[in-house]
Amino acid sequence: MSFPLLTATAALPAVGAIATAAVPAKQRTAAKWLALLFSLGTLVFAAVIAARFDPGGNQFQLTESHAWITDFGVRYELGVDGIGVALIALTALLMPFVILAGWHDADPQETGSSRWRPTQGFFALILAVEAMVIVSFEATDVFVFYIFFEAMLIPMYFLIGGFGDRAGPHGEKEAATQRSYAAVKFLLYNLVGGLIMLAAVIGLYVVAGNFSLQEIVAARANGSLHMATSTERLLFLGFFFAFAVKAPLWPLHTWLPNAMGEATAPVAVLITAVVDKVGTFAMLRFCLQLFPNASKWATPAILVLALISIVYGALLAVGQRDIKRLVAYASISHFGFIIMGIFAMTSQGQSGATLYMVNHGISTAALMLVAGFLISRRGSRLIADYGGVQKVAPVLAGTFLIGGLATLSLPGLAPFVSEFLVLVGTFTRYPVIGIIATIGIVLAALYTLVLYQRTMTGPVKPSTEGIADLRVRELAVVVPLIGVLIFLGVYPKPLTDMVNPAVQHTLSDVHKKDPKPEVEAAHK
Amino acid sequence: MSSLVSAPAVHSLWTTAADPISKINAPKIEYGQLSPTLIVIGAAVLGVLVEAFVPRKSRYYVQAFLAVVALAAAFAAVVGLAAGGYGTTKAHIAAMGAIAVDGPALFLQGTILLAGLVSIFMFAERRLDPEAHGNRVDSFAAQASAVPGGDTEKAAIKAGFTTTEVFPLALFAIGGMLVFPSANDLLTLFIALEVFSLPLYLLCALARRKRLMSQEAAVKYFLLGAFASAFTLFGIALLYGYAGSVSYATIASVVDGSITNVDPALADTMGNDALLLIGMALVGMGLLFKVGAVPFHMWTPDVYQGAPTPVTGFMAAGTKVAAFGALLRLLYVVVPGMRWDWRPVMWAVAIVTMLGGAVVAITQTDIKRLLAYSSIAHAGFILAGVIAMTPDGVSSVLFYLVAYSFVTIGAFAVVTLVRDAGGEATHLSKWAGLGRRSPLVAAVFAVFLLAFAGIPLTSGFAGKFAVFKAAAAGGAGPLVVVGVVSSAVAAFFYIRVIVLMFFSEPKADGPTVAVPSPLTMTTIAVGVAVTVVLGLAPQYFLNLASQAGVFVR
Repeated sequence: MSFPLLTATAALPAVGAIATAAVPAKQRTAAKWLALLFSLGTLVFAAVIAARFDPGGNQFQLTESHAWITDFGVRYELGVDGIGVALIALTALLMPFVILAGWHDADPQETGSSRWRPTQGFFALILAVEAMVIVSFEATDVFVFYIFFEAMLIPMYFLIGGFGDRAGPHGEKEAATQRSYAAVKFLLYNLVGGLIMLAAVIGLYVVAGNFSLQEIVAARANGSLHMATSTERLLFLGFFFAFAVKAPLWPLHTWLPNAMGEATAPVAVLITAVVDKVGTFAMLRFCLQLFPNASKWATPAILVLALISIVYGALLAVGQRDIKRLVAYASISHFGFIIMGIFAMTSQGQSGATLYMVNHGISTAALMLVAGFLISRRGSRLIADYGGVQKVAPVLAGTFLIGGLATLSLPGLAPFVSEFLVLVGTFTRYPVIGIIATIGIVLAALYTLVLYQRTMTGPVKPSTEGIADLRVRELAVVVPLIGVLIFLGVYPKPLTDMVNPAVQHTLSDVHKKDPKPEVEAAHK
Repeated sequence: MSSLVSAPAVHSLWTTAADPISKINAPKIEYGQLSPTLIVIGAAVLGVLVEAFVPRKSRYYVQAFLAVVALAAAFAAVVGLAAGGYGTTKAHIAAMGAIAVDGPALFLQGTILLAGLVSIFMFAERRLDPEAHGNRVDSFAAQASAVPGGDTEKAAIKAGFTTTEVFPLALFAIGGMLVFPSANDLLTLFIALEVFSLPLYLLCALARRKRLMSQEAAVKYFLLGAFASAFTLFGIALLYGYAGSVSYATIASVVDGSITNVDPALADTMGNDALLLIGMALVGMGLLFKVGAVPFHMWTPDVYQGAPTPVTGFMAAGTKVAAFGALLRLLYVVVPGMRWDWRPVMWAVAIVTMLGGAVVAITQTDIKRLLAYSSIAHAGFILAGVIAMTPDGVSSVLFYLVAYSFVTIGAFAVVTLVRDAGGEATHLSKWAGLGRRSPLVAAVFAVFLLAFAGIPLTSGFAGKFAVFKAAAAGGAGPLVVVGVVSSAVAAFFYIRVIVLMFFSEPKADGPTVAVPSPLTMTTIAVGVAVTVVLGLAPQYFLNLASQAGVFVR
């Protein structure tokens, strides 16, 4: 038996979580270093996965399969395709930066009780989330995926509710109330989504008799498994609902601004850059492949919702007064692009959507983490409290600008490639929707640049004076992220090579071919 | 008469007067196969003797030791029987048709015995309350007969009395619970019902703190329970009129038409469907009362709140296991032939139970009442599995009962730890910030709450998945949807408690967490272990449950 690389990659942060949680109360710094070490180790494992993955090979590689709960027809089945590899790499890459950025976020304010160990808990929870996210990207058994998709909510819930910014705009007590509200809202939305999916998972078992993605896809292809049209549609809707809450798609998005606004910046990055990607990833892997006919049936409605998300998210982002909520609404707009790319059912659209997931993760991380550094200096999330920061802290302002430019998809930075692909992919099949979606880009320029202008340029406000520039630890977070953004913006080939074959597989499962270019058709 | 006198063995006169001696069959009792019940009842009787003859000082130790040994021995007997194949190939009806020894019976008996064992640990806990006049005290009244707050009570406390009768009472209750799911005729069913109910009524009244509330709970439980028993008994009478027999097998044969005439004296009523329907409804009502299903659930919150917490935990787990076992046997063995009649009714009961329990729980402010309503919601989930009418349905219910029992007992054990000057601090507002003060206790309670909520990787999820899967496969898809919706509602109030414990600021005059003896620690540890193991690796137990999923008839 070969080395179970996929299990090991998920198990490493899980072990790290337990080890970090077990560090004695006084040794806070040791706990931080331990967590960082484990996240770096996971990054190494993820790199090995990427290196050993052969883009030209089978759809699912490095597979593992063991009996688990035979009574439920559940097998512990893992395997990665190019999309999974890309997202595991994203997760493993971001985690060390999330941990570094949150280095002081969970330091206890008072050293009264010796048994309350928030620091250890904070980093242990982050690693626990990483482990569960990685399993979700690897699982090829619907049940295994579901378990970790749901279980992930619990550590996320504690991260949001337990560790917010120190002082909100209305004082400590109000901040605690808001935080608790945001955490409960996050949990209830996602739990309801998950439970509806549970009904669909059970329904799938009744219809198919097992949970293996590959077996079900194969059985549907060779005709041995027939699903009635109405059954397939209901099951599709059950799955899609859960993923649309997680992603989040308008009108199920309202938990995200609360959660991202109240959580600390690194946790907000964890939510939007990593955890939410499980939703869009699962649309590609499970919705499209398990229920191809229903996916085609639902496409028009989903495209409209995605379009609303794009425009609505961007419009609300323009109107925000709170930096973190602005980034949250921008993310809703971006998730609209990702979902549009997935359901455009073209290879450019889906490749673009996959790249978008990765690039959005990195660019949002860069923007949000720098914003977090800024907020931690001044203790306020309101845009109006800042002004002229670039005069007192030029490096901070500069990195913030690059993060912002990446968010508005400036050519030369990574998100441009993916946004372009998504728009082209959508346009070839649904020109009207593609055209309307470009409004999102215009609005993105508006909200990002206005944010930059109001906070960073202009005369130095009294409240901004004395803001320190980025420290070494903070530079260590931001510079590599910007490096990756520029690299993937100029040379996205490694990523596209990895993703394209997987997208072709998915499309062939949905029996969709790319529409022929118009010009070529005219020649014939 | 001369022939009678010459008969070699005349045991009693009245039998010989009624029948010629040659017709009498000595009852054949398979003592070995009934040993789990016999051990427990025997130990209970011994416990009564201990109460009478052993000096007061050493009674506690003798009683606790006796109870633990008896339960362990009975569990060993169950394991021995199961290993001997009595759960599968050698399953049969013992004791002249009164008791079934089969898979479900042995599985449930094992569950009840283990749940009883960890509950007895809670009964025996004496480190939580502060010492009274130099004596360690448990959760039970010093002297049950003393008027609350009266001089006798004060004297009893000063003298260091304790109600060690709780151990034999609990053993009697467990004995009844063991017979209940294995009863194979209606009279045995009724006797078992009374044998486990009466000690429970008494136990409910024995709280050391808040005695008036405890006594009120006991009276309510007794009155409503007596009603339910009366209904059951009336139903049994009607069923006898219908079938001419109280034996499950005979009634089933009459229902499916293979027997048409049993007793000439009952020729007028035999086979009368009205009797069957009303009789089944009444017996079913009695069982649903014990299960705590809506609309027969009214006693649950008051009794759960008023009873001493160790008793609440014991009763919440044990009664539910025993009553669901009896319900399963009744529906699967006696009236599978008329499922088209009872299924719609059970659908309705399951739906209102799931929704009712979950919705009303939201407004609760007392942790014990909250857990009571949550137990109602869980009864609804289990009913969804009962309705499936497949072997999968039986095994999923069996599995769920194990998972639920240990989560429940564990949760109530944690409740006993959180105390202030007035005893247990059960009002939810007092639990605020518990996570800051005692992270470990709060984390353990959070694990139990997550299991109640059915979050993956806990036993609650595996159980819920099993029953919903069985229900969906049995054609009850809409029931699954309702179950999922009420799970979401239920999740809300479990999460609310977690929020309270971890995200609220602790109050200055908040409760403290008592450090328990290894007894309660064992109870909680077993609860956590079962919750995690059944969540991560349920396969072994699912196998066990599905091997045990066939009723003997």
